[in-house]
Amino acid sequence: MSIDVRIPTILRPFTKEQKVVSATGATLRAVISDLDAQYPGIGDRLLENGALRRFINIYVNDEDVRFLGSLDAQIKDGDSVTILPAVAGG
Amino acid sequence: MSLTISRAFVDSIIEQSRAEYPDECCGVILGPVGKDSPERLKPMINAAHSPTFYEFDPKDLLALYREVDDNDEEIVVIYHSHTETEAFPSRTDIAYAGEPGAHYVLVSSRKEIAPAIEFRSYRIIDGVVTEEEVSITE
Repeated sequence: MSIDVRIPTILRPFTKEQKVVSATGATLRAVISDLDAQYPGIGDRLLENGALRRFINIYVNDEDVRFLGSLDAQIKDGDSVTILPAVAGG
Repeated sequence: MSLTISRAFVDSIIEQSRAEYPDECCGVILGPVGKDSPERLKPMINAAHSPTFYEFDPKDLLALYREVDDNDEEIVVIYHSHTETEAFPSRTDIAYAGEPGAHYVLVSSRKEIAPAIEFRSYRIIDGVVTEEEVSITE
């Protein structure tokens, strides 16, 4: 099973500037773990103390994973995962 | 490093900051990939509706990035207003800044300097803020 993961500009230094990479996993947690195995260090930019970082938004297809169980979100073959930096500030 | 921007966009952003006062306003200016040219102004909703915080709604954010990709555009400028402080990035702005290629524009709509409005631009990369010159074209 392989899914496409879209990588934002700020994380492309980890993926050798690739915009879309392949990963495997039945949950978002497993996908991130696979990404980190392929591109060491990227996991730390997505997770903090075992939870999704506040500054990062992740979507499965069109849905924000915060509504899908966050790291427990189920991933199926053919799904696409999009990672985007939040645009926010004070 | 500098930002070249049209007077019409500057005026629109200032007008938006006043219209949404006392909340912070926010938005982007898009342009063709690789040209660093702000050509299409797109005001965004501040989902936080707050005088001290702004945030693009996650759904709006995804739609924005899809639109940008479909049009072979990039986000050239990310702007927001400060309502009571100067037009300088706050600690929160720096912590959140996730687009190393974008010009981060800040306007201040604080009352004590009205009707003058500060309009300033920065690069924010790896937590380092660098102010840049703004050239306004008529």
